[in-house]
Amino acid sequence: MSRPEIRVQDLHKSFGDNHVLRGIDLEIGQGEVVCVIGPSGSGKSTLLRCVNLLEEPTKGQVFVGGTEITDPDVDIDAVRRRIGMVFQQFNLFPHLNVTENLTLPQRRVLRRDKAEAAKIAAENLARVGLSEKADAYPSSLSGGQQQRVAIARALAMGPEVMLFDEPTSALDPELVGDVLAVMRRLATEGMTMMVVTHEMTFAREVADRVVFMDGGVIVEEGSPDQVIGSPRHERTRHFLSRLLDPAMAEVEEETSDQVGKSES
Amino acid sequence: MTETDTQIQPRKTGLTRRQKRRLSRGAQYAVFVAAVAAFAASADWGRLKNQFAQAHIAEQMFPDVITVALKNTVLYTVSGFVVGLALGMLIALMRLSSVGPYRWVAGIYIEIFRGLPALLIFIFVGVGVPLAFPDIQYPGGTYGKVAVALGLVSAAYMAETIRAGIQAVPKGQMEAARSLGFSPTRAMVSIIIPQAFRIILPPLTNELVLLFKDSSLVLFLGVTLEERELSKFGNDLASTTANSTPILVAGLCYLLITVPLGFVVRRMESDSKEAIR
Repeated sequence: MSRPEIRVQDLHKSFGDNHVLRGIDLEIGQGEVVCVIGPSGSGKSTLLRCVNLLEEPTKGQVFVGGTEITDPDVDIDAVRRRIGMVFQQFNLFPHLNVTENLTLPQRRVLRRDKAEAAKIAAENLARVGLSEKADAYPSSLSGGQQQRVAIARALAMGPEVMLFDEPTSALDPELVGDVLAVMRRLATEGMTMMVVTHEMTFAREVADRVVFMDGGVIVEEGSPDQVIGSPRHERTRHFLSRLLDPAMAEVEEETSDQVGKSES
Repeated sequence: MTETDTQIQPRKTGLTRRQKRRLSRGAQYAVFVAAVAAFAASADWGRLKNQFAQAHIAEQMFPDVITVALKNTVLYTVSGFVVGLALGMLIALMRLSSVGPYRWVAGIYIEIFRGLPALLIFIFVGVGVPLAFPDIQYPGGTYGKVAVALGLVSAAYMAETIRAGIQAVPKGQMEAARSLGFSPTRAMVSIIIPQAFRIILPPLTNELVLLFKDSSLVLFLGVTLEERELSKFGNDLASTTANSTPILVAGLCYLLITVPLGFVVRRMESDSKEAIR
């Protein structure tokens, strides 16, 4: 592994009394694809949101590309330009059409001129296979198309790292494949990616490393074959069995040591 | 058979439910018709016509009622609306600020100006301020005074409307903008406020309708002949002719503006219901 693109050190995050992250250490190398899996409320989305400071960590440090983003004096807007983020709910700007969704951030944030922004927008729309939707408004697109536009919008900013927060969880099952195909292609092109997901097939095929989180800590991490194929920890096995075969799960007592379900 | 069964089953005796419904509706129409008939019978139609519909008095109002009075009403209202919108936007942003004193100042402003009668503010701006600060000149004379007074009144309401609109934009929009590298200010201006305005266009148009009516308070400021708006114009003419026809004509001129605006608002409301993604 070359110089780590993302480095997280002893990260803690609390919402009031709810201790969501309890000491996370994680490094992601350049060009590496890391999938973060775990039950809801395990803190995986919070971890991802701490990496671009959408959530302010309570304690600990986060480095992206060698810059400490948890430094109070850091220019966070400049750092975020290097980090693309894709949300579960897409969050396209509904008052702008697809092309404008891609060009407005380039022009306002990167100060690109109109022609250059339009050219880069067209390139990235082609990259996600939606060139023909350039003039459509987000409300007229399917969820899968909206998510691919959201990916193109992030890519148009030329990020060095891409963060995905459950990018397919809000999609109808038959639309998941298109989005995953775009992400797979991005991975083969060498993008550094951190993906919070429930798509085990994707994690297995595309990820270089899988991280399993539960109760605000990393329970185990390793190659996809190891973590998903032959998990060492009981908690991982339990989670995977429920995920892979939900129809066979038993009714369980809620245990008091479970972290709150406040994950967004 | 239990009790509930007997209630659900149509009763065999007396009126059926359908007959009762018909009877009740028939009674309401009968009352309405009787009220209209009573009014028509008791009114002195000749006198009413004489008082409200004197054609030659109405004729004499034209074209000034349009070229001066209606024009001034529109001018006062629109300038007040522009001032109120700018000030309201500023106050709304202060109200949402993370800086405590901004929030307090905005909160106090809203409470004061929402709680005072518009007339009081007109007198304060038109009479109080010039007496207290003789050096202050309103740009545009009466027009400036009215714009400031109407602006102060409407800003308080608009600030609350704009704040609600900004808060109605989903949180994810700000998050998406920030993760693309927008600064908070830039995200607000480019992403949040344009969406907020789509949400609040109907209530803002309603505010414009209210302002049209409030512009009549210019009556109390003492204006020149050329600065008169509809109410003052109608009132003056009503006193010189000792007849109410000018009031009726002035009233119709207000409706000429406010009724189409109300129609536009309803259109926008039904459109925005459809446009929810």
